[in-house]
Amino acid sequence: MGNRSGPSRSRSAADLDRRDLLASFLGVSGGVLLEGCQSRDVALPPGELVGPSVGLGHQIRDGLRPSFPEHDLQAVQIVIVGGGIAGLAAARRLYNEGIRDFVLLELEPEPGGTSRSGQSEVVAYPWGAHYVPAPTKEFPALVRLFDEVGVFEGMDAVGDPVVAEQFRCRHPEERVFYKGVWYEGLYLASGASAQDRQQLARFQAEMDRWVAWRDGLGRRAFAVPMAAGSDEPAVRALDTISMAQWLDQRGFSSPRLRWWVDYACRDDYGLRLEQTSAWAGIYYYCARVLEVGGDARPFITWPEGNGRLVRHMYSAVRSQCMLGVAATDIIPRQVEGKPVVDVLGLRAGSQQAFGYRAERVVFSAPQFLSRYLIRDYRERVPPHVSDFSYGAWAVANLTLSQVPASEGFPLAWDNVLYESPSLGYVATSYQRGLDYGPAVLTYYYPLCDDDPRTARKRLLQLDRDSWAEIALADLARAHAGFRESAERVDVMRWGHAMIQPRPGFVWGQARQLASQPYRGIHFGHSDLSGIALFEEAFFQGTRAAEEVVAALRGRVDSIL
Amino acid sequence: MSRTAILFLNVFVIATCGLIYELLAGTLASYLLGDSVTQFSTCIGVYLFALGVGAWLSGFLEKSLARYFIEVELAVALLGGFSAPLLFLSFASLQFFTVVLYCVILAIGTLVGLELPLLMRILRQDMDFKHLVSRVLTFDYVGCLLASLLFPIFLVPDLGLVRTSLVFGICNAVVGLWGTWVLQSSLGRGVVFLRVRGVLVIVLLVAGIIKADQFTTWSEDQLYSDAVVYSKTSRYQRIVLTRRASGFQLWLDGNLQFSSRDEYRYHESLVHPAAMLARRPEVVLVLGGGDGLALREVLKYETVKHVTLVDLDPAMTGLSRHFPPLEELNEAAFHDNRVRVINADAMIWLEEPTHAFDLVIIDFPDPNNFSLGKLYTRRFYRQLRSCLTKDAAIAIQCTSPLEAPRSFWCIVNTLQSAGFSVRPYRVSVPSFGVWGFVLAQLQPFEVPHGCRDDLQFLNDQVMETMFKLPNDMLPMATEINRLDNQILVSYYDREWEVVR
Repeated sequence: MGNRSGPSRSRSAADLDRRDLLASFLGVSGGVLLEGCQSRDVALPPGELVGPSVGLGHQIRDGLRPSFPEHDLQAVQIVIVGGGIAGLAAARRLYNEGIRDFVLLELEPEPGGTSRSGQSEVVAYPWGAHYVPAPTKEFPALVRLFDEVGVFEGMDAVGDPVVAEQFRCRHPEERVFYKGVWYEGLYLASGASAQDRQQLARFQAEMDRWVAWRDGLGRRAFAVPMAAGSDEPAVRALDTISMAQWLDQRGFSSPRLRWWVDYACRDDYGLRLEQTSAWAGIYYYCARVLEVGGDARPFITWPEGNGRLVRHMYSAVRSQCMLGVAATDIIPRQVEGKPVVDVLGLRAGSQQAFGYRAERVVFSAPQFLSRYLIRDYRERVPPHVSDFSYGAWAVANLTLSQVPASEGFPLAWDNVLYESPSLGYVATSYQRGLDYGPAVLTYYYPLCDDDPRTARKRLLQLDRDSWAEIALADLARAHAGFRESAERVDVMRWGHAMIQPRPGFVWGQARQLASQPYRGIHFGHSDLSGIALFEEAFFQGTRAAEEVVAALRGRVDSIL
Repeated sequence: MSRTAILFLNVFVIATCGLIYELLAGTLASYLLGDSVTQFSTCIGVYLFALGVGAWLSGFLEKSLARYFIEVELAVALLGGFSAPLLFLSFASLQFFTVVLYCVILAIGTLVGLELPLLMRILRQDMDFKHLVSRVLTFDYVGCLLASLLFPIFLVPDLGLVRTSLVFGICNAVVGLWGTWVLQSSLGRGVVFLRVRGVLVIVLLVAGIIKADQFTTWSEDQLYSDAVVYSKTSRYQRIVLTRRASGFQLWLDGNLQFSSRDEYRYHESLVHPAAMLARRPEVVLVLGGGDGLALREVLKYETVKHVTLVDLDPAMTGLSRHFPPLEELNEAAFHDNRVRVINADAMIWLEEPTHAFDLVIIDFPDPNNFSLGKLYTRRFYRQLRSCLTKDAAIAIQCTSPLEAPRSFWCIVNTLQSAGFSVRPYRVSVPSFGVWGFVLAQLQPFEVPHGCRDDLQFLNDQVMETMFKLPNDMLPMATEINRLDNQILVSYYDREWEVVR
């Protein structure tokens, strides 16, 4: 990890490759981009390729199974496999239950999974997930977590917590760049025709209808966590079609409306309109709004994104966490008439093998790993495992010598390019209150190929320099002098960033089947919710931990 | 056109240019040094005297008159053309300004003084003396009239001093260059070399016009009705100082910050009510106020032991410390050893304040963008609370309660929502109109009294009435300005857009 690459001069021989590269990843003529930003002679700024640990992961996939003598297995009550939000939530739940005899294994040298963050001289920055909509009193466990972090300053009239202003995303929240000018908001209102506006109003009315919708049990159609929402046929039916089909069926043809909804799908799920379940597409618009006409729950964010929550959750359980340690083999057994689960693993650095014998395991890694890690699954892969598909993302953190200059509406928290396949950038240093001098921007690029394997291949075939090149060329279109002000570009490639809620997945069989415990192994990961949100990871991790507590003690007082 | 007609046209142009240079020098001197009667008198006197010197010197020139004439034209073009930029540059170090000023006037005057005698001697070959004197002087005086009319009506307001100077330099150079053709027969050899030099001078002056944006931009010359005496684009803002007979004005990003004529009304009203409320303040914080004028008022209190001034822009505080007119106006406040200057964004600095303060004076520019708007948020005022002593008083400039009432009350209401007791007040500042402030403390308080007796504007009677708001400025409900809504910026934009 951390392939340091120095500044590299652009060579004329490489120019053609660069053109092709930019053309294929930014969807426009690479030549135009190169001319347009006059970047030919500006050296690529330095930076690192940051994890995740692709190498060891793929070795395990390809059969690396170190052996470990059975009599040396260390006894522990519970092993948690995976230290992302779900794993940390499971650890937190066990810890708060008074359980200390557990160990959490995380392959990466840092906890947090896709909520990881980094730190520059200017400001801390996210490597992935970077905000959470403020929780409501319906999800008390999550309210308590945020309360511990100190983001609330009281309750509102109906008893929902009020987020202190410095933890909300700073105004202006978002802007969009179109044909040379930035505009306020995400929906491109400037130049909208009467038909566009009429369709937008109709779309919002449809969303309002779903916000107001309640089933016979009084459940909302879209709730947080999603398990608290309704599972009635009217809701489940949305999962049978794509968001594009849903829009088509209702005659939503406005290009800017469709762009807006497509952006929402790419932003939350890394999928295009055509690839996203309509259930998930509508969830994005409705889950944050509690009642028709009410404000959406505000976003809670920090400069380092959800890394702040990782730090908090990790701090309580750090002595139980083993970082840079890969689980390689999970073996349910029957020993002296008692079910146990052996967990074998490898320290990433020293390649030293180790092993635990646990009463229970919380599997908080993504489902696709189960077929490599769980011995029985390896021998006979359960059919539901292959229903889980994951999107690939590139994230770049760009350090600039100064806040970029803009034409039109000024810098916002979220800055989106209408004409780019990327999601634009989050102005990380802006959230920190830094309006002058060096800036850090976090650039997101989801690879939305129909086949996730193609996306992953495209992601991994490009090195740090190429991704830096893409980020710079993309953003230079929206900011004069951008490339010249870039001092550093660090890149993260997420091969399996987020579960993809493609049509049929959210309300299909696979999620239910995968959530069932298997011989002492309890599953808890956001992919079991079908949507990769912090709240879902927290919910699933907590739920899995509660299953374990219930199994060990016979009962549990659920906080969910 | 005949050769004589062309040469008379030259007389006309030369005369116009000559007077323009003189007017430029006089104007700059009175802008920069004040006292326009003295400055114009001495400038005109020295200039006329120099004309005489030039005329006298012309008597020593015997041969090659045409060549001398063209040499003189090119020299006037360079010296006159660059006179205004040169004077602006030398103004930054004031002690040399007067020396440079009179040297420039003497040199230009001498050269211009050479022009007409030389030209008359050249023209003597073409016509009799009676007509020659009559025509030359006629064109000369008509040219002067044109210059004196153009200068105040068109040149200063539309072109600005620097560009005027450069443009008329080009006129002189064109006369010189043209002369190489008109007078070709009298020039002998080396005409090409003269032409090359003529072109070179024109190129230099045109380059000067292009670079003139470093002094002032075109739009600034349109924007400010007065002479721009200093301007600089710092990392954070455009700082412009203008000057008129009645005093200096400071502009940040095109917004007036003060006029030296009436700034005492503003700064006394900003500082003294809070200083009185704080009762013998010792440790003081000034946020914004890089001009040092609020600082000047704070330093009048002998109880004050330490003042921290936090202003974003080192270019601004540096200017106030070293630029003579500002240094004079703020009474060298930045040289007082009780003062410590920190160049930082106030909101970032407040995360780790260095002291607990007895008195806080907040003098930020109006909230016309989000970076400024954040300095008026509830979050900001809450941060401020954490670095105050128990009885600390604060005063905040809050834009105009008459022109922008919603903005004004939004600031007052936001401050109150952050847990302060507030008393808004207003004062009349002719350069701004009716201006608003808010006085605040962590506990309820009465309007302070017992005003110092050494102030230009404030006294106890004024203090009492300024807290009583007239009917057109009564409180109104507004939203609270928060980081995540920045409602104040939109109030402010809407209200001042109407005014403008």
